[in-house]
Amino acid sequence: MITTLFYIASAIALFCTVMVVTRHHAVHALLYLIVAQLAVALIFFLLGAPFAAALEILVYAGAIMVMFIFVIMMLNLGRDTIEREQQWLPASAWPLPTLLCATLLVLLLFALDSAGNLEAHWVSPKTLGITLFGPYLLAVELASMLLLAGLIGAYHLARPYLRRPDREADQDPQGQPLEVPHD
Amino acid sequence: MFDVIVTLINIVFTILILMVLAAVLVWAERRILGIWQDRLGPNRVGPGGILQAAADMIKIFFKEDWIPPFAEKFVFVFAPCVVVITMLGAFAIVPFSPGTGVVDLNVGVLFFLAMSALAGYSTILAGWSSNNKYALLGGMRSAAQMISYDVFMGLSLMGVVMLAGSFNLREIVESQSDMWNIFPQFIGFCIFMVAGVAESHRLPFDLPEAEHEIIAGFHTEYSGMKFGLFFVGEYLGVLLISALAVVLFLGGWMGPLLPPFIWFCLKTLVVVLFIILLRAAIPRPRFDQLMAFGWKICLPVALLNLVITGAVGLAIG
Repeated sequence: MITTLFYIASAIALFCTVMVVTRHHAVHALLYLIVAQLAVALIFFLLGAPFAAALEILVYAGAIMVMFIFVIMMLNLGRDTIEREQQWLPASAWPLPTLLCATLLVLLLFALDSAGNLEAHWVSPKTLGITLFGPYLLAVELASMLLLAGLIGAYHLARPYLRRPDREADQDPQGQPLEVPHD
Repeated sequence: MFDVIVTLINIVFTILILMVLAAVLVWAERRILGIWQDRLGPNRVGPGGILQAAADMIKIFFKEDWIPPFAEKFVFVFAPCVVVITMLGAFAIVPFSPGTGVVDLNVGVLFFLAMSALAGYSTILAGWSSNNKYALLGGMRSAAQMISYDVFMGLSLMGVVMLAGSFNLREIVESQSDMWNIFPQFIGFCIFMVAGVAESHRLPFDLPEAEHEIIAGFHTEYSGMKFGLFFVGEYLGVLLISALAVVLFLGGWMGPLLPPFIWFCLKTLVVVLFIILLRAAIPRPRFDQLMAFGWKICLPVALLNLVITGAVGLAIG
């Protein structure tokens, strides 16, 4: 039962990931990516890591992908972008990435073959917390510092908007002259 | 095999009851709002008007179900399903009484948060796929609102998780046998309710569909049963937030004399009525006020609540 579910989820994840790469329409690609992440979350759950599964949905599918879709909605990409995208992915671009991926796949199969049977064991949220804040404390702190750096960076980038309350009507928020649209 | 059948029956019954409740809630809201506003409300169909829900349902089934030619067809049809699926999915972890409930998940709280985060896609995709500027505006408002209010909805629940020492909703209810969580976690409760109302985008947080600014927001182009699904999803959201508030803060099924399930229903009903009263009492804020309230007031208060709960927990041991 669990093995069957695992293979179904893996098949969905693989299919959706391929679709993410090959779709020309950005929002469609993102929707496939969300489905792929849901499938990966199911795989985590079946392997006995419900906490990782919940976080995969909550953080990746729930928050980060919403951001992506939000930005792409704002950009309002039209037919031109799809055509440009098609030009960027000609048939001649495929052989090398395919070769690299195939090599990785063969390596992965060898590794799995020599590792013998992988056994899933149930990891409760408590064990995970103890592990994260015990042996891996340094990694957690480093990751949080990286996030803090990102936060400060974002704040810095948005800061010029606050600086020019005295700008003229024909200037953008940073005080640069606005271009007159000519059509 | 027997387990599977019992679980299936459980699921089917939960879904049926929830769908009926969501439909009746539409009538209840209109009627109660009417009484509070000194008018009658729908009182013609059936005793006291309770069959109004059935009449509305029949009407909505016979409406023309129109898909605009300029819409993204698949996403347009799929979007209303997302909210209903995720809301019904989230109900799987709600413990109605010691024996009933679909699944006993050890990451229950996180599962609920994940489902309510996914429900946000419904409005965003509906707004985008309609290919209409008002719908898109509604979708964007919804995306911004979802992202910000998700953050401190999660943070407000962490105090409860600390007190119970578990993400499992059953264990959280059992940990409240001495004292309901609402007393030590009153701030957490307030923030959870605010975020919950915002997540189910009900008034005063219904900016994604604010009808005086952007027509009907994300569901401008929707009609017939697809619009009905959005409606059902919204009321399922109200029920879900109320049930979760009862489980996490108001002692779940616990209470004297009456059977546990009745206590659970009574408490949920009180919270539902409170959410309906909010709609009648508070006007809609501007969008920047909504964002400022979220990030400048709710988030710091939620963080402070978390720190204080942690400190007290450490001090007591």
